[in-house]
This record gives sequence, C-alpha cells and structure tokens, in this order.
Amino acid sequence: MAHLVDENGFFGIYGGSYVPEMLRPNIEELQHAFKECISDHLFIQEFKQLLADYVGRPTPLYYAQRLSQEVGANIYLKREDLNHTGAHKINNAVGQILVAKKLGKKRIIAETGAGQHGVATATVCALMGIDCTVYMGEIDMARQRPNVERMKMLGAKVYPVVSGSKVLKDATNEALRDWIANPSDTYYLIGSVVGPHPFPSMVAYFQSVISEEIKQQIDHIDYVIACVGGGSNAMGAFYHFLENKNVNLIGVEAAGAGLTSGKTAATIALGSIGILHGCKSLLLQNEDGQILEAHSISAGLDYPGIGPQHAHLHHQKRVTFASVTDKEAIAAGKLLTRIEGILPALETSHAIAYLQKLDISSEKNIVLCLSGRGDKDLHTYLQGE
Amino acid sequence: MRNRIIELFESKDKILSLFNTAGFPHLNDTLPICQMLQNAGVDMIELGFPFSDPIADGTTIQHSNQTALANGMSLRVLFEQLQELRSGVTIPVLLMGYLNPVLQFGIERFCEKCSQVGIDGVILPDLPFEEYCQKYKNIFRKHNLSNVFLITQRTSTERIRAIDNESNGFIYAVSTASVTGNNLQIASDHQSYFSRLRAMNLKNPFVVGFGISDKQTFDNIVSYANGAIIASAFIRELNNSLELSTTTTQFVNKIRGIQ
Repeated sequence: MAHLVDENGFFGIYGGSYVPEMLRPNIEELQHAFKECISDHLFIQEFKQLLADYVGRPTPLYYAQRLSQEVGANIYLKREDLNHTGAHKINNAVGQILVAKKLGKKRIIAETGAGQHGVATATVCALMGIDCTVYMGEIDMARQRPNVERMKMLGAKVYPVVSGSKVLKDATNEALRDWIANPSDTYYLIGSVVGPHPFPSMVAYFQSVISEEIKQQIDHIDYVIACVGGGSNAMGAFYHFLENKNVNLIGVEAAGAGLTSGKTAATIALGSIGILHGCKSLLLQNEDGQILEAHSISAGLDYPGIGPQHAHLHHQKRVTFASVTDKEAIAAGKLLTRIEGILPALETSHAIAYLQKLDISSEKNIVLCLSGRGDKDLHTYLQGE
Repeated sequence: MRNRIIELFESKDKILSLFNTAGFPHLNDTLPICQMLQNAGVDMIELGFPFSDPIADGTTIQHSNQTALANGMSLRVLFEQLQELRSGVTIPVLLMGYLNPVLQFGIERFCEKCSQVGIDGVILPDLPFEEYCQKYKNIFRKHNLSNVFLITQRTSTERIRAIDNESNGFIYAVSTASVTGNNLQIASDHQSYFSRLRAMNLKNPFVVGFGISDKQTFDNIVSYANGAIIASAFIRELNNSLELSTTTTQFVNKIRGIQ
C-alpha cells in the first residue's frame, strides 16, 4: 500500500532513520522487535486484552445532536477522552510497553508536551513495575501543572528541560540524549508518529485501533477530522480509511496567533523539507536549516515538525490540512462544553473549531476524533474570560 | 593535491585534534582560533557548524551552538570566513555538524565550498552510512573530501569493516555511551574495545573522541588509538577565557605535558 511505510522506513520521500551511530543498534533492535511482536498472536492478544480491560476500549462513537444542529451536519465524536488517563495517548503507551517488556528493558524514558503522553507512560510503567523518567519542557510544566503532579504520583521522575525553547521539541532532544547515554537497558517510549523508523509506523499501528473501531461503529462516513501536532491521534483515526477514497480526511494544525504572525505551529502550511529528531519531514525552519520555535496555546500541538506519514499523505493529496488559531480553538472548546457537556483538551478544540469552517451539506456524516479531555486545560480556558 | 588528513596520519602518530564551534565565543573568532591552535602545536582541527537541536551533544556544546547561532553564524557566514583559511593554516581542518543545515545549503554546493576554501574532511553524525554510499559518495570523492564516520562499542565487526572500506581519512571511534562532554573513565571494556579495533588492522587510522579532557585521558587513549579529539573541555576553557591565545596555548601545553 502506497500510504504505508516501505522496507527502508520511508513514506515516499519522508521518514527514514537519521540517527547518529550511537543510536543505530537501538533502532535496529526495535525495528526487529516490532516486526516480531505484531506477527505474534500472543502479543496481539495481550495488547487487545489490556485495551479492553485496562484502557476501557472500545470507546463510544457518540452522535452529538446539539453540535450537529450548530454545524449543520451529522457530527459523531470518537470519544478517546473516555480512555483511561483521558486521551488517546494510552493506546500507544500500552502497545510500546509490551514491546519494551519483550526486549527486557529495565527503564522507560519519554518526552511529553501537554503531559498526556507523560501520564500515559507513567501509568503503564506503574502497571508493569518499570522505572520511568519523563522529560518535559519547563514552560510546559508550568502550563500543564495537573499532569506533572499525576506523573509524580504515578511514580515517574519528571525531568524539567531548560535547554532551547523549553517545550516539546527540547524535551524530545533531551530524551534522545538520555537514550544515547543509556543505550542498553533503556527503552524510549516516544509519544507521537515522529522520530526515526520504526517509531512513526509503530505508533500509527498502535493508534490504528481508533479507526478500526470507527469502521465497526458507523456504516457511512464522509469526513474524518482530527487535530495534528506530531499527528498520532489523526494517524490512528485515518489509518483504516486511507485506501477508501470516499472518506475525506482532514488534519487540523495549530495556527497559533495566526499563519502570518510568526507565532504558529502550522507545519504543513508553512514548513519545508528537513531533518529533525531522526526523520525527514516537513519542518518549521529558517533558510539556514535552524529549527524555529513553534507556538501554540496547546502544549500538545506546540511542535515545529509533523509525522513523516502525514507529510507524505499531504504530498499525495490524500489528507487535506487546515489550521485554526489559538482564539478559535478556545472558543470551540467552550462551545462544546456548553452545548454537549464535554470539556475537550485544547488540542482537540482545534479540530472542533474547524467544523465551523467546513462548507458542507446537512446529510454529511462527520467523525471527529475527540482525542482527549480538557481538565488539564481548565486554567487556560478560563484565563481568557 | 593530496588530502592533508591522509598525509598527516601517514607521517605522524598520537594525533591531537581539537574541536571548536565556528562563531564561538564571538562570531569572528573562528579563524583566529584555528591559527592559535596551529601555533600551539595541535595536529588537526574540527570546526563545528552550529545547529539548533544538537541531540548528540552535552550542555557545553549545546551552549556553544546557541551562542554561535545568536552571534549570527551560519554555513554561508562560515564559508565567507573560511575564504582566508589557507592563507595561514596548513594543518588539516574538518567541518562537523548535523545534517539539516547542510541539506538546506545543498550537499553538492556544501562539498564544492569545502573544497574551494581548503577543508579536508567532513563529519555528519546523523547522515546514515548507507545513504552516504548510495547518494553522496561520488560528490565527496569528486571534491577530494574525507567523509568520517562514527563507530561505537556496539557497532558490529561487519559494519566496522564496511565503514573502513568506504572511509578515506580516519574512523571516529566514540569512546563511550554518552553525549559529548562527560569525563571518560577508562575501564576495562574500553580497553578491550580499543584493542579489538587495533587487532582488526583497519586500512584507516582510528581516532577516539567523547570524554577526553586532560593529559591523562589523552595519553591513555593514544596508547591504543592513532589520535584523540578534545571538544567540550577546550570549549569550557574558551568560555572562561580572558585572552584566547593564552588560553589556547596553555590548554594544548597541558595536554602535551609541556610546562
């Protein structure tokens, strides 16, 4: 299938594994282990069992009546916010912790932006009794305080990252440095569809349960919409529809203060081809190849790159990408809370805001991936009032 | 003209190579520091070009990268500065850095410029060996540039052989599992690693880097290897320096054991 990864770890011209030699054995070991895991029915069984009994899957596909009236189309919300720990991130964390266990790793490291992936990782580490260290930018620690406390209570060490711009990109740098220094006993549990091969395709695989369920929950779909930072919930929601051209796939990026403001995280809209964190993709960078600081009010979308598979799907025109500003996202999050009684994560609010920009007829069925709950963002939502 | 790196290793052993980030501590210090290093008696220089996200580097080189970028360093500025390189510096000089700035500059154009200003070799740690062989080898060869690859204790013998086969200059043996700037404790597994490399009779010399900071670690490493690279320890000195030339001479003398 042309949309998926090739044997060299590329999606078209994007992807690959651009890592220094120090990490090469780790990457090769992981490529091998992942292949073995997904062809082992006992592994798959254990993964599915945990998703059912521990995560609480399948998550409902909820017909949002009042939101549908507001938008003028049939809106179905895929309730990833109802997963254990409150976001889609746990799907991937459960999958990867099983891979780490299979490899006999004694220590898990992870990066986190909004803290949802950090919480999911700390959770599965507590479940398995494995030592956990989470790298988080100092700025993100301040704006996602509740998640920091949760990680600590779960027994994880949260390491404040003060290098660079002190957000998700820098936390990822620091996690990679840790992995270089601890190559044998440590597993890097990456949180999105980014990084060197096999991470993008592995994370997409573990998140693909989202679209697998959607397919069983509704017969006719015209659109699937999801927010995109690195792009893991979007990849999970698109995965099983990639070959079905009748389903329109839309990824919504964070425009921050606006596309022309210089304070944005809209990588597809403004990025160019480059290499960051071990993969070739679209990046926000200057003409000298220095990575720019992204800006988004949502810590989970505050990343200057995007998963290589998304870059490829954009290139192939299979997925359409749009962007939504900080302000629009906040308003949309508040609207959903008021009319549906669902407080969404700020990340998800970007996808919700896009509904109002969509020009469609009322018979259309739209599935929106409600990637996470917004308790962590209460402070930010209320600040604007 | 023959490549200066190859000539150096043919004529000398126990090579001392020092690394500095171009544009550090100040934008226009790049060339003067190269000249000072040569005057102080080092055998080879690595010039790092800065990147915003140096994942294989510890805090010292992260800081020098950020300072150099804030000073306005870029590949364009660096090649302008290097126009004057060979009016005074005669020892081998390599450029080292991450792949993305080179990709944006254009790899072919980068190699052309290197050759034009008298750079002898290039180290791009995140350029995969396989991709180099498939796509870029001929460009490097055409411009008479050594491309230097990293190996570690965990690199397989097979892969070391393949890298040796495609290298022309030297092989960069990373001392230990670490980012740059952590002090190396020579342990028995290092000795067996270096002894294994020696026993392989590689066609290229090997030079050890990461964690070498003083006379003791230098002497220890060059009893196994053809040379050693010092980076963070030198940059720390530059960072605290009142007079760059004195600092450089004193640093090199200390490593060489000259009073």
